[in-house]
Amino acid sequence: MNWLTTFVRPKIRSLVGSKEVPENLWRKCPACDHMLFHKELEKSWQVCSHCGHHMRLPVRKRLELLFDGGTWTPIELPPIPQDPLKFKDLKRYSDRMKEAQAKTGEKEAIIVAHGWLMGIPVVVAAFDFSFMGGSMGMAVGEGLVAAAELAVLQRASLIVIPASGGARMQEGILSLMQMARTTVAVQRVKDAGLPYMVLLTDPTTGGVTASFAMLGDIAISEPGAVIGFAGARVIQNTIRETLPDGFQRAEYLRDHGMVDLVVNRADLKATLGRILSILLRRDPPAEVLALSLDADSGRSGTRATPPAGDVEEAARRDGQAEAHDEAEPEEDEA
Amino acid sequence: MHFLDFEKPVAELESKIEELRHLSDADGMNIAEEVGRLQQKVEKQLRAVYAKLTPWQKTQVARHPERPHCLDYIKALFTDVTPLAGDRLYGEDQAIVGGLARFRGQAVVVMGQEKGHDTDTRLRHNFGMAMPEGYRKAQRLMDLADRFRLPVLTLVDTAGAYPGVGAEERGQAEAIARTIQAGLNLRVPMITCVIGEGGSGGAIAIATGNVVMMLEHAIYSVISPEGCASILWRSGEMAQQAAEALRLTAQDLLEFKVIDEVIPEPLGGAHRDRHAMFEQLGAAFEGHLRELTPVEGGVLRARRREKFLRMGREGLN
Repeated sequence: MNWLTTFVRPKIRSLVGSKEVPENLWRKCPACDHMLFHKELEKSWQVCSHCGHHMRLPVRKRLELLFDGGTWTPIELPPIPQDPLKFKDLKRYSDRMKEAQAKTGEKEAIIVAHGWLMGIPVVVAAFDFSFMGGSMGMAVGEGLVAAAELAVLQRASLIVIPASGGARMQEGILSLMQMARTTVAVQRVKDAGLPYMVLLTDPTTGGVTASFAMLGDIAISEPGAVIGFAGARVIQNTIRETLPDGFQRAEYLRDHGMVDLVVNRADLKATLGRILSILLRRDPPAEVLALSLDADSGRSGTRATPPAGDVEEAARRDGQAEAHDEAEPEEDEA
Repeated sequence: MHFLDFEKPVAELESKIEELRHLSDADGMNIAEEVGRLQQKVEKQLRAVYAKLTPWQKTQVARHPERPHCLDYIKALFTDVTPLAGDRLYGEDQAIVGGLARFRGQAVVVMGQEKGHDTDTRLRHNFGMAMPEGYRKAQRLMDLADRFRLPVLTLVDTAGAYPGVGAEERGQAEAIARTIQAGLNLRVPMITCVIGEGGSGGAIAIATGNVVMMLEHAIYSVISPEGCASILWRSGEMAQQAAEALRLTAQDLLEFKVIDEVIPEPLGGAHRDRHAMFEQLGAAFEGHLRELTPVEGGVLRARRREKFLRMGREGLN
């Protein structure tokens, strides 16, 4: 433990009184055990300032990070049949759904929105891992189909951001069919000559990986994200050997030729903007600033996270080996 | 014959028949009447048992070791069979077999997962659990079919794609995704039948047909009952319940409009009368081929895409 936990934290507690200090004021980095103040974490988009570990970013934060001015227009997804199997395990599926909805405040495990990214029109379909593990059932499939259709209609680029354990078992075979369905959907975007980008976030596994998520024109991932088809535990039970270091992590996939780039969260937007502008043969991108005044908080890592010494700098440089031209001049004009 | 648990009464009757036959062989007695009576009983039993198989029982029938597998159908129904090997990238995976052939005179591409029937063949075919190489070979065959205007017939029978370190490193997910894409993009007829076990992503990879059929006692599911039970019930022993909940039978899938047709099996399952089974499936393939062969390529592709795109939005019924 460090002085933050042993000294600062009790001190704050004694000052404010334990009742008023929510437990989540401090968070321990799961990678380096460093205690991180929640406000700092929020500013750094849930990236540990000490070791550069990328924690999961809530879906709406993700959209805020990527869309210009942190604003977007969500689209309402058409209603789909509920609980077609009348599925019940230890709990009813319908109850699990209600719980997930109450917990997250979302209707389903996907948000579809359109707006601008560095001045480029985009449609984004982002998974919400906190909603039943981001599992893909008919509604999520519908979200992807709707996103693809909207992209074609608007002649916008499609960015899909999976964060999912795979198909939603509670919808049985109908969830499996979403693999074919979403493949048709993204094919339409490709046929229309529009870029289809996939940003693989932690975790992306199972039927989601084995369909639209691996079909991007370009595949980008965040550092350390788990990406794979079969779960590590299943593989371990099958082969009865220990798994290699870093197995199914983003860097491992990149080294095995499965993703193009591993990009730090702070550089995601600029990287996506740069790639899209080249694919679309547009001028270098310029972010269109909306009303929000602190909209630049997510644009560059150096500003998003306050400097905290050499260790952090080195860690960040390591993580950025694959996105070394982060100092893009054009991303700063607005 | 390998008997399943719920076939016990049938097994007893059949061993009685066998005993009687030995007796008659030895003593020259005429016991034909008795044997005939017993055989009628067997049929009655089978009819009763197989008319109301539970999903878990169907799972066992679908995995029955003597159930005809992919290569059995290929041998029985196709001529001029020319197996093709390799993905031209890494290796040859015999979990997926396939190649050029003629089906009742018509030139086609046929492929499917082969589980094997004894230790030797099971190992050779990796129990029907394909590696990325297998799926990439399937893509190759699909491309070939598309270029030379050959219909694609697929036979699905797999517990799932192989979960292993090498498979992951070589992009199992990408291989499956691209195979789904390749199947959906075909401008030739694609006709699929799930002949045994349709296990998750490993199955749907080659199951994106214009027509998807299932044998009467086949299963097709997003996850195995055992896998589902261990995740949702936290106990693999709840597989029976999971099989019920998953709605994985051919009859369920027809109701959900995920498949187009259920092919009846001989009394007591495909393994009890292989030849009748081959004939039954052969006739079904022939009918669909006759119907789809004249259809223009672009229309075939568009219809196939539409069909899979519908699975969710308009939903069920």
